Amino acid sequence: MSTNNQFFLTSVEKFVRWAQKSSMWPLTFGLACCAIEMMQLVSPRYDMAQFGGEVFRSTPRQADLMIVSGRLSNKMVPVIKQVYSQMPDPKWVVAMGACASSGGIFDNYAIVQGVDEVLPVDIYVPGCPPSPDAVVYAVLQLHDAILKGQAHGGVMRA
Amino acid sequence: MSGPRHYPEPYRGGAAALAHVRDAIVPALVEAFGDGVEPMETPFDQPQVRVAPDKLEPVARWLKERGFNMLVDVGGVDYLPRTPRFEVVYHLLALPQLWRLRLRVPVEEAQPEVPTVSHLWPAADPAEREVWDLFGIRFAGHPNLTRILMPDDWVGHPLRQDYPLQGPRAGLPAHAADRNRYHAPKLPGHPPGTTGLPGGAKGGK
Repeated sequence: MSTNNQFFLTSVEKFVRWAQKSSMWPLTFGLACCAIEMMQLVSPRYDMAQFGGEVFRSTPRQADLMIVSGRLSNKMVPVIKQVYSQMPDPKWVVAMGACASSGGIFDNYAIVQGVDEVLPVDIYVPGCPPSPDAVVYAVLQLHDAILKGQAHGGVMRA
Repeated sequence: MSGPRHYPEPYRGGAAALAHVRDAIVPALVEAFGDGVEPMETPFDQPQVRVAPDKLEPVARWLKERGFNMLVDVGGVDYLPRTPRFEVVYHLLALPQLWRLRLRVPVEEAQPEVPTVSHLWPAADPAEREVWDLFGIRFAGHPNLTRILMPDDWVGHPLRQDYPLQGPRAGLPAHAADRNRYHAPKLPGHPPGTTGLPGGAKGGK
């Protein structure tokens, strides 16, 4: 393998990362009141389309960004695991709000204390609920991380 | 075009309907069932009676035959230090008379079981499953007494007073970072945490 090939491969990876971050298709995983704020992302006021992410999908097979908006109950865990496994690689997870990040005020028997107990989370968004621009900011941070190669979207690498 | 709505009869709900229940229906109920039914004080206008568990089924049938055609809700209460420990509460409503009556059935802790009323009011079916799920009170004769809110394999009945609030997590390390969380494998050359982003440092190990 020559030096030119090495250089060429690295460029392809950068190009792929740029393509991945430029067109993220979010999955609607609205679990509670945060989902109401999440719906604002695609409204004209916040307009996530300007960042390439306006196509909210109802099926996990067409989505690569799961925005977990709301508290996750124990009964929901098998469902969210299956939905996450149905998303094609690479895929990213945003824990939106206090409940999805840490259980929030629901420190009880019914609620999972943060979705990172069952899923690998890339970005945590604080707030109860976070404002839509906070979620937009989190998605932009995720874009940066993907560009820098820090968020691999669940794909194992050596 | 639209004017005041005219009812065929004067409205007789509210206090008048509750007074009818208190002054006519409850005394007749006591007369019919004797010691099995005991009128109770209530801080509100809605009359309530305490019903012995073995008299619940005939009392419910008696009331339904006399107009209480709607079961609003079935609830459970856990008065932990008290004996009998539990109570099952039935809210009945008669339409269109707007009579309301509350039945309270004491339940012993040793044998938490009351007869079902789901054959009289089908609305009792899911409500009794909920009471079973959260309080562990059985309903004899219920067609499908299974959990309705908690997962099917759940152990325990969470709304009992002696159930720990945090459930199976009670006794585990309180801080999230001390628990065994899922984290993506470490990548060589990358900062700790899932991604190296601010959130990743929270529980990273």
